[in-house]
Amino acid sequence: MKKILIVDDEPNIVMALEYTFKKRDFEVFIARDGEEALAITTKELPDIIILDVMMPKLDGYQTLKRIKETEELKHIKVVFLSAKNKEEDIEKGLALGADDYIKKPFSIKQLVNRIIELL
Amino acid sequence: MISKPLLSIIIIAYLILLFVLAYLAEQSRLKKFVGHPFIYVLSLGVYCSAWTYYGSIGIAAKNGIEFLPIYLGPVIVIPAWIFILKKVIQVSKQNNVASIADFLSLRYGNSRFLGALVTFVCLVAILPYISLQLKAVSETFQLITTKQIVKPGSFTKDSSFYIALTLGLFSALFGTNSSDASQGRSGVLFVVAIESFLKLLFFLIAGFYITFIVFKGPHEILQQAQEQLHFNHFTAFQSLEDVMNWQFLIPLSMFAIFLLPRQFHIAVVENKSFKQLHTSLWAFPLYLLLFNFFVIFIAWAGNLLLPEGTKADYYSLLLPISRGNSFISLLVFMGGFSAVISMVVVSTIALSTMLSNNVIIPYGVLQRLSVNEPTKNKQLILWIRRALVFAIILISYILLHSFRVELSLFSIGLVAFLFIAQLAPSFFIGLYWSRGSSFGAIAGIFVGLLVCVFLYLVPYWEVPYFTKTLSEAGFLGLSSLPPNNLFGFATLNPIQNAFFWSMVANSFVYVFISLGIVSHYRERNYAEMVVNLNYQFDSEDAFVWKGKADIDAIKELLVRFLGERQVEKAIAKFNENNSRFREIENEDARFINFSEKLLTGTIGAASAKILLSNVTHEQPVSLYELLEILEENRAALLSNKKLKEKSQQLAKITHELKKANQELIEQDEIKDSFLDTVAHELKTPIASIRASSELLVEEDLPLELKEQFLANIQQDSERLTDLVNTILDIEKLQRGKEHLQLVPVNLSEFVPNSISRFYPILKDTGIKIELNIEPNLMANIHENRMSQVLTNLVSNSLKFIDEKKGLIQLTAKQFQNHIELTVTDNGKGFVKNDIPMVFDKFFQSKNQLLKAKGSGLGLSICKQIVEAHNGKIFIDENVKTGARITIRLPKAEVE
Repeated sequence: MKKILIVDDEPNIVMALEYTFKKRDFEVFIARDGEEALAITTKELPDIIILDVMMPKLDGYQTLKRIKETEELKHIKVVFLSAKNKEEDIEKGLALGADDYIKKPFSIKQLVNRIIELL
Repeated sequence: MISKPLLSIIIIAYLILLFVLAYLAEQSRLKKFVGHPFIYVLSLGVYCSAWTYYGSIGIAAKNGIEFLPIYLGPVIVIPAWIFILKKVIQVSKQNNVASIADFLSLRYGNSRFLGALVTFVCLVAILPYISLQLKAVSETFQLITTKQIVKPGSFTKDSSFYIALTLGLFSALFGTNSSDASQGRSGVLFVVAIESFLKLLFFLIAGFYITFIVFKGPHEILQQAQEQLHFNHFTAFQSLEDVMNWQFLIPLSMFAIFLLPRQFHIAVVENKSFKQLHTSLWAFPLYLLLFNFFVIFIAWAGNLLLPEGTKADYYSLLLPISRGNSFISLLVFMGGFSAVISMVVVSTIALSTMLSNNVIIPYGVLQRLSVNEPTKNKQLILWIRRALVFAIILISYILLHSFRVELSLFSIGLVAFLFIAQLAPSFFIGLYWSRGSSFGAIAGIFVGLLVCVFLYLVPYWEVPYFTKTLSEAGFLGLSSLPPNNLFGFATLNPIQNAFFWSMVANSFVYVFISLGIVSHYRERNYAEMVVNLNYQFDSEDAFVWKGKADIDAIKELLVRFLGERQVEKAIAKFNENNSRFREIENEDARFINFSEKLLTGTIGAASAKILLSNVTHEQPVSLYELLEILEENRAALLSNKKLKEKSQQLAKITHELKKANQELIEQDEIKDSFLDTVAHELKTPIASIRASSELLVEEDLPLELKEQFLANIQQDSERLTDLVNTILDIEKLQRGKEHLQLVPVNLSEFVPNSISRFYPILKDTGIKIELNIEPNLMANIHENRMSQVLTNLVSNSLKFIDEKKGLIQLTAKQFQNHIELTVTDNGKGFVKNDIPMVFDKFFQSKNQLLKAKGSGLGLSICKQIVEAHNGKIFIDENVKTGARITIRLPKAEVE
């Protein structure tokens, strides 16, 4: 069973994603901000992380940077899911080592396809 | 007693020393000293001639303090003196004026006759004055060598004859070395300054010797004077006459300080900077005061110690002689001699310049000069001046022998002042009144002179026929107008009488004729130039000239007087200064004016005008034209001023535009980032709605989840609506589109109502809301909007406070000029660095505790609303724990 971590501070979006991946036999973990995400990542070593950018405390970019800086975590796949979708935002995310950058609003079907492709 | 040969050697040695010093100063080896303001101030001390040095003691011995006004006058007038002198100097320097006659002639349109008349007045006044100086030297020479004054048998045996010759030589050599008389003579100036210093020093030494060594101090002189002399006579005004005397002597000496040719020469022609004037403001009065310090003591000492009938003028010399102190008496003599030399040298230089520039050249030699070779002309002018210096001194010497022995130094000095004062009305009024005309000036001076002659000289000299008729029949044959009692002013002594009536007549005639006769346009030109100096238009531009000029002829003329090299240099300078005016058509006028100034220095203003009129073809300018030109000048000045103002305004506007542009760019950036944030904020609920609805459509969800997702969609839609409304609100408020209708509202009802919606939410928490509202407090507000503000503030607080111990306090209070509403909580408070930004759009604090996210627009919209109420919202930074936001609203008007 693949492990997925969903990081977002929007409870309604989290709820939709949680249902979607649970139904596809993922073990789903949820974090509301960057700090929480790092804690769960270190503990659970998920296969893939869906990461929002605009979050309290630690934003998505900083969270990704920390993950990529840590030897045991840097192999983990990360997909950004954000409403910040100007070109420079996307480039910044990919440059930091994200595997994909999906813009909000998004199609659940497409998101799922991307995730499965990456794994 | 000093032997005649020894004294002669000392005198000659002293003169040689002065020659050497003058030479060195002229050779600019002492240049740095020569330009010093103190040299200028000291040379102003030429005012104190032998008249001061000996004469004031004479008058003090006879009449007490009567000598003082002669020195008080200049001291009182000094500030005005400097003010007026600045103008005179400016005009003089611009026009190469070389003497008082030049100045007056220039002011009255280069009037040849006026220049000559002024020269005549000066000559009449100063010649006897110079002989007086010679007399003083000759008498003191005799006193110090033989203790008595004997009239010499023939001039070859008379020491003063040789002294006169020596002085003539000195003046000729150093006063007339340049044909341009308006240039200063540093050699003479330097020597005069040194002499001024020496005469003061020697006088003070003599005073000290007599007061503190012959007597034991001023108190002893005073005491003895009180016991032995008619003391009161010397220290107090005896009668109305004494008071009048002071009142007349003070203005008389005020005029003298301006108008005496030697004073004008030193103060104006030799002036090098206004800095010199500023120093003289305090230094010259000090000099005069020092000079008068010991006068009264020496006078009393002489009265006490010397036998009755001793010539009081020479007390300062006779006292040391009577004590057998040759050294002090020699010092006194040398001091007096210095006073004489400087007075004679400066006066003769001034007079000879006047005579040559204002009488001899314009009336006689001029025609001959204009055809001569340049070098010859220069030499001729110089030799004329040298000859004049000699002539003046010789005539003075001859006059000396026609003086009656009993004439005192003081009374001759006063006569000189009286005559010089006749120039005062045309000088002073003419400086500030452009209507004053040359006819008026000439007539005024004539009438003034006549009055002086009839009221003073005729009775004084006892002209047999006139005196008799006058005193019997009265002035103009009217028995009611005897010369010494005109209109019944019997209290005046003759000199006051003459001064008073001559001034009245002179001024009256001057003003009356000036008003009555329209003067020549050319004269008005010069008058405007002098009077309106303050307008500061270029004096060359102010000059109006119409006609045709033969430039080559003018150049030729200039070369004759100045030499080819100097003319080329001057013209090069002229072209350089005027190149920017090339296109202006009246260049001819400018060039002629320039040439006239160049020539003025050499041959005087009047002569320059005559010479130039020969080579130019001037057409008369009508008064109308003149006025028009003057008007244009002013109009040009005015439009210049307006143009300047306009360009200043333009610069200001440009600056403002730049600033506005910068602000626009910043606004644009703010707007971009605002739109960016708005887009982000809108997309978030949309993303949630889309995801939820996709699941509802695609997946076969259990009912429970279906309901949950539908609820989420509803919630997000509401959030979207709120967001859109808030954004629209904020835009509306910011652009001032929404004008809030303010109505008086009772806050004690309004505040509780506004926050009542929170109570249900807080029911299950420990959070408390406390209200402290002044009862019946009225405020002009827009209820819905202000309610929005309070709601925002309270929900803001809720994000930062603890769920169990949270406390929110609302207060409303009336102050003298405003109403204050506060919302205070005990939450985490603001981060200090955030405070400047919290009212910005989409600012979100990192200290928020509540999970539900706000739009980040709450405080921003509060700010907009409060400002639409003409109020202020701010964070109280003094609150240490928690946060306090204060709203300040204008006080409601009570009906």
